[in-house]
Amino acid sequence: MSTASVAAAPITAAAFKSAYKPIWCPGCGDYSVLSSITKAFAMLDLRPENVAVVSGIGCSSRIPAYTTCYGFHGVHGRALAAGTGLKVARPDLTVLVAGGDGDGYSIGGNHFLHACRRNVDLTYIVMDNHVYGMTKGQPSPTTEPDWESKLSPGGTGLRTFHPLVVALASGANFIARTFAGDPNGTAQIIADAIRTPGFSFVEILSPCVTLRPEQRGWKEQAHPASVATTSDPAKAARYLMTDDGFNIGVLYKGNRKPYQPPMGKGTKRVADLEAEFSI
Amino acid sequence: MSTKKAVKQTGRKKAATSAKVRAPVRKKPGSPISVTDEIDFMTRAWMMELEAVERYSTLADAMEEHNNPEVTELFRKLSRIEQLHADQILEEHLSKRPPVLPPGGIRWDAGEEGPETADPGELHYRMQPYHALQIALACEQRACQFFTKIARSAKNTAVRKAAREMAAEEAEHVQLVEDWLKRTPKPDPDWDHDPDPPVQSD
Repeated sequence: MSTASVAAAPITAAAFKSAYKPIWCPGCGDYSVLSSITKAFAMLDLRPENVAVVSGIGCSSRIPAYTTCYGFHGVHGRALAAGTGLKVARPDLTVLVAGGDGDGYSIGGNHFLHACRRNVDLTYIVMDNHVYGMTKGQPSPTTEPDWESKLSPGGTGLRTFHPLVVALASGANFIARTFAGDPNGTAQIIADAIRTPGFSFVEILSPCVTLRPEQRGWKEQAHPASVATTSDPAKAARYLMTDDGFNIGVLYKGNRKPYQPPMGKGTKRVADLEAEFSI
Repeated sequence: MSTKKAVKQTGRKKAATSAKVRAPVRKKPGSPISVTDEIDFMTRAWMMELEAVERYSTLADAMEEHNNPEVTELFRKLSRIEQLHADQILEEHLSKRPPVLPPGGIRWDAGEEGPETADPGELHYRMQPYHALQIALACEQRACQFFTKIARSAKNTAVRKAAREMAAEEAEHVQLVEDWLKRTPKPDPDWDHDPDPPVQSD
């Protein structure tokens, strides 16, 4: 009898899409981001059972349910904390943390800083639409200071948060920006982010066409970054500080060693763990 | 307009109570592709159709979730039409050596999408069949331009001939969608008026 093994068929992006249909608004950029994520997983020849998608709260944080991977739809702003814990406990898994600008930069802002600093080997995707979408249009940390709405007459007047600069200063090992309107380019950058050891941060400009219809114009504004990827934080800092917010590409790729604590032995029984939490 | 100016203008705009579906922005008709032979060319044409099938299906799902059955059905129909075209290419040109999609799907030059793939950013939850057909027309026109360009520039004679045939087919599709548009009622001026808009309430 022949013992020759049959080569496994290449996995497709469709294998990572669940039967649940997204309920995002028609025209939302998050549809394309979902497509990019599943394409990136397929490009890397991953398997759904070896990937965990962790999110917080918000429109974009619905994304784990739309994949066939392990998913954790967590607490508002705490996706990175959950994702970090999962990765250090199960370093064999590919962990992708996803969410929006409100979840990641406001409610979860402190976790963002320390996730960059810790440099655990995971990828963090922020679908940035400069607004709180799910709760109907409050300004977020990346909302322009003069954007008017019923909740911010005359605009907030507040300086916008610059996540890429913050990520660099805090120690993220991979920093990129993409545009949801280029799903194939975004897929390649996500794949690069997952491949790169350490904390990879990918900001995706993902228009909210319902609450910020003017963001349909992003497709004319997004442009490839005029500089090559650098591993020099000083060069990256100079470039990011003068960034117009629409530079697309991998803007920084460092060489920091990822943090991975030594694995302890799983000697405790479930009953012992439960006893530790008993009151 | 400089990007900085554009950013500033974007920021200045007020929150709108309703959005407009703009006339589809014409994507580039696809960067020139270098193909080795007729099989390679037809494989790309087949993949282009498959990408369009998947996209129309996604758009149909989105409209279905938002209770817009007319546009849902139209996108489903467009998806089926593109699937028939993909099957036809497979049967007539690639049956001897059926191609396999690369992992991660189809890759186009510079990361862009295929010329016949609809832009999901053009959707609006209150759009009507007329708008959907406008999107489809733009896709067919881009596909036609794409193949015409290859028919003019390819070095391989067989590729030029195949590209001419594909361009002619896409030109027929353009005509079909144009006729379809003529039979489809134009939307009312206030088609996007939503008595209960999704923006924050008072």
